[in-house]
Amino acid sequence: MAAAEVEQEQTANEMTPAVARVAQVHKETYDTFTLALEPSNGEPFPGFTPGQFSMLYVFGNGELPISISGDPENRSRLLYTVRSVGKTTQALVSSRPGDAVGIRGPYGSHWPLKVARGKDVLIVAGGIGLAPLRPAIHYILRHRADYNRLIVLYGARSPRDLIFRKQMDDWGRLPDTQVLSTVDYGGLSWRGHVGVVTGLFRYVRLQPFHTVALVCGPEIMMRYVIWELEARGMPPGDLYLSLERNMKCGIGFCGHCQYGPNFICKDGPIFPYHEVRSWFGRYEL
Amino acid sequence: MTLENLINTLREHPFLEGFQPEHIEKLAAMASEVRFEKGEFIFREGDESSFFYLLLSGTVALETNTPGRILRIATLGHGEELGWSSVTPSHSKQFQVRSLEETRALAFDGARLLHACEEDCRFGYALMRAMLRVVAQRLQSTRLQLLDMYSPAAAKVG
Repeated sequence: MAAAEVEQEQTANEMTPAVARVAQVHKETYDTFTLALEPSNGEPFPGFTPGQFSMLYVFGNGELPISISGDPENRSRLLYTVRSVGKTTQALVSSRPGDAVGIRGPYGSHWPLKVARGKDVLIVAGGIGLAPLRPAIHYILRHRADYNRLIVLYGARSPRDLIFRKQMDDWGRLPDTQVLSTVDYGGLSWRGHVGVVTGLFRYVRLQPFHTVALVCGPEIMMRYVIWELEARGMPPGDLYLSLERNMKCGIGFCGHCQYGPNFICKDGPIFPYHEVRSWFGRYEL
Repeated sequence: MTLENLINTLREHPFLEGFQPEHIEKLAAMASEVRFEKGEFIFREGDESSFFYLLLSGTVALETNTPGRILRIATLGHGEELGWSSVTPSHSKQFQVRSLEETRALAFDGARLLHACEEDCRFGYALMRAMLRVVAQRLQSTRLQLLDMYSPAAAKVG
């Protein structure tokens, strides 16, 4: 077989989804749901590393890149936290237990959990950006002795938009773990912080040269977080971002998610900030 | 609180980072310690309050009344400032501020602060520069809140 034909067949194989079954759909908020998928053939899923994503195919509807939001050590059940904002996400969150969903992956780069060993880990998340960071939190908590302090700062639009609230409360009670949430606006029943996520930095004793920061959220939020961290003396090489673009194939084949010299799906979605800083925040990209 | 304690407390407050010792002493002479109980209103919308506060402990919430509900738009705590409008021409408060837990602060009369600024321009410059930093931070936060960056609609704009 010619090299071109081999490559073509490999691509075709990578583009063919396996079939998984919906085991559970858990409502996180009024518009955000966590789907639990189980293999349809009884074999465990391929392992994933925190930060990676899968391509989920709603048959007859469309395919989407969705970050894996569950425990990386559980290969019999993969969790995906999805916000219902369009036709395909609506179809996905409307799935019922037993429904078939196509799955490809896991794909993409991962959070630098080896690099962060022995250091403080600062996690800054906005909105549904907490979902791709949750596997990293699970990992750190399972390997607690390998890390110093764990700090989680989380911002959302309002109290009813906060995801994983019970888990966040539980994590906040663990030793050497600081968990703070804030909302852009709240009612009288909300007892937590109100204001932008960068406002939470004043409650954190940051050790700039002994910390790795993992950031995921709307790009404008990440920009302000970077400015805040740089102002506090954090080296850009210790900042990691999860970027999002229009991913279609998930394997660097179609080029839809090109970002400067990178494809987000293949080279990302997690990047060290210093690698993307010249592209970050550019209007044309 | 003794004058010495006041000076030490002020020296550690982030608002006064970089202030000259004599400027801190000047402020200490104008400061009075105040406490607010949980749920107590520090001021209400429309009040003619002229006090500027440096928060020492506790948390307060800035709120606005809309028909049928009260919206909380910011919380402030230890190391932050409240009432920067006390050094502006209008002292009429545009928000209400409620203490969410027992809160301790140092209070400064805005008119006295302004008078001290006029008497000593170096002090005035340092104080206004610190005030401007607070106002700029609040403006930036407000802009970010206005962007509503977490909403799906915000992601689609453009």
